Amino acid sequence: MTGLPSRPIFILLIAVIAALVLVPLGGDKYWIKLVTRMLVLGIFAMSLDFLVGYTGLVSFGHAAFFGLSGYFLHLISSDEAAVNMLWALPVCLGGTALVAAVIGALSVRTKGIYFIMVTLAFAQMLFYFFHDSDLAGGSDGAFIYIKPVLAIGQTVLLNLDNRYSLFFVTLASLVAIYGLLVVVLRSPFGRVIQGIRVNEHRMLALGFNTYVYKLVSFVIAGTIAGYAGFLFASIDGFVSPELLGWQESGLALVMVILGGMGTLFGPALGAITLLGVEEIFRDKALVGFMAEHWQILMGGFVIAIVLFMKNGLGGVLLRIAGDRRRER
Amino acid sequence: MDWLLLLIQTLNGIQYGLLLFLIASGLTLVFGIMGVINLAHGSFYMIGAYLAYSFTELTGSLPLAILLGIPVTLVLGFVVERLFITHLYHRNHLQQVLLTFGLILIFNELQLIIWDGDPHGVPVPEMLSGSIPLSDTLSYPVYRIFLSLVCLFFAGTLALIIQRTRIGMRIRAGASNRDMVESLGINIRILYAIVFSVGVTLAGVAGMLAAPVETVYPGMGEQILIISFVVVVIGGIGSVKGAFLGALAIGIADVYGQIFLPGASSVVVYALMAAVLLWRPSGLFGRG
Repeated sequence: MTGLPSRPIFILLIAVIAALVLVPLGGDKYWIKLVTRMLVLGIFAMSLDFLVGYTGLVSFGHAAFFGLSGYFLHLISSDEAAVNMLWALPVCLGGTALVAAVIGALSVRTKGIYFIMVTLAFAQMLFYFFHDSDLAGGSDGAFIYIKPVLAIGQTVLLNLDNRYSLFFVTLASLVAIYGLLVVVLRSPFGRVIQGIRVNEHRMLALGFNTYVYKLVSFVIAGTIAGYAGFLFASIDGFVSPELLGWQESGLALVMVILGGMGTLFGPALGAITLLGVEEIFRDKALVGFMAEHWQILMGGFVIAIVLFMKNGLGGVLLRIAGDRRRER
Repeated sequence: MDWLLLLIQTLNGIQYGLLLFLIASGLTLVFGIMGVINLAHGSFYMIGAYLAYSFTELTGSLPLAILLGIPVTLVLGFVVERLFITHLYHRNHLQQVLLTFGLILIFNELQLIIWDGDPHGVPVPEMLSGSIPLSDTLSYPVYRIFLSLVCLFFAGTLALIIQRTRIGMRIRAGASNRDMVESLGINIRILYAIVFSVGVTLAGVAGMLAAPVETVYPGMGEQILIISFVVVVIGGIGSVKGAFLGALAIGIADVYGQIFLPGASSVVVYALMAAVLLWRPSGLFGRG
């Protein structure tokens, strides 16, 4: 069953969040942007963990929903005035949820390796849709010139163009979505999807329509990925087809494994770690000439994680904290 | 629509389908026999194409380049199997996907180091550079026919080896019960290494053959990988027969999509996959 993590880890997480709150005080634009990106991808990785680690559906096309929502934001943004999140967010998330429902309805019929390949293929279909069409800049990508604001009437409460606002909105979202997912996982619905992961036939025998449960789980995960995509597109005000691509989906899976599948907080840590590692690999001062070929280091890092760190960071933390409930 | 033009396009579709079969057969064999899903399979196609480019520059002849390239891909496949894939036999699909994903990152970067980021062309061999006239204005290039025949030759050989020879029998036995085969005194590790390097070589050969008809460029492996996945999913994972039919279906659907739905041609193949899965969730010849 899913509870909050045990006390030592809980304290550690609070400490991490407290440390993150201090980042904007430093005021360096690069660092604020980097940490915002880490947190956004943390939300993205958590949504994937909900699907992979709890429902047992290994999706290799999760970035489709991440990028799609960003494209929706681009399509409804205008060059003259900022869009109001009050309606823009429901439009982007609603659109993403709808697409997730259609793709999910087809993919969830399949199992195991078929599911991996089918989600990958559907994500690539969306990738090529944006890559080849003139709808939103094609392969060059497209800009969101004026970032969304949250306004009631004429009063602007939040402007995502402000990097401090965006940072704190993202941090608050990460914590809120973590809480939301814990609540969902502890609800009867959450118990059923975790039951499906362990033994789908038994859940069927118990009278649950597992297809519907898996589909709803797929849509929830896709919508949260869409929320992350909405924030991600607001960081740089730029969307490109690569956001939907299979490399992005692959990296999201790496974050989940690195952080520890089925721990929820782990994949968020995994996202932060992976981006941190990428920064190190791209730093000429640290890795020398390999910085130009940092993908080789990244590939080696990914392989090392798969071979040597089965339970991820989250698993290591849980073991240190003596919490054996979730070890697999 | 002129029927002659349609004929040419159909031939193109079949040729593309046969090429896809060469790639997808390796993918489906490695999965069906070893239970490993190999994302890096597309990289071997890319490597094959680049080897054809370099060796043709070196020797001036594509057939010679292919003869030189085959041992290179065989050895490459063997080394990759021994170093990485061998750790994956008892792991779950997610770990297999991620490890081979890491391999792609490495192969892509190595490609940029060894060659460069520019697209290259490989000339069609002199002997096969002609074309067969079909009407006053239309003709069909000989090389494409040659390519189709070579692919058919490989497909036939593969079927013969698997169905009729002793090693083929062992391979089939290994696919259905690994432990039993091992206890009968057959070295399954060697068998797996052979299957994997043959799969790699098939993808490499496909890349070498395709080099004169397609451009040789850095991302070519990924594009073909995803389409090969679609082929394998349609045919049923592990089924060589399914891969053959799936590849032809995709090849023809892709070409017809470009004629009849020019705006949405890249979507057609995925729509075909979705339709097949609606009908049969584990592909045409899948085992469930």
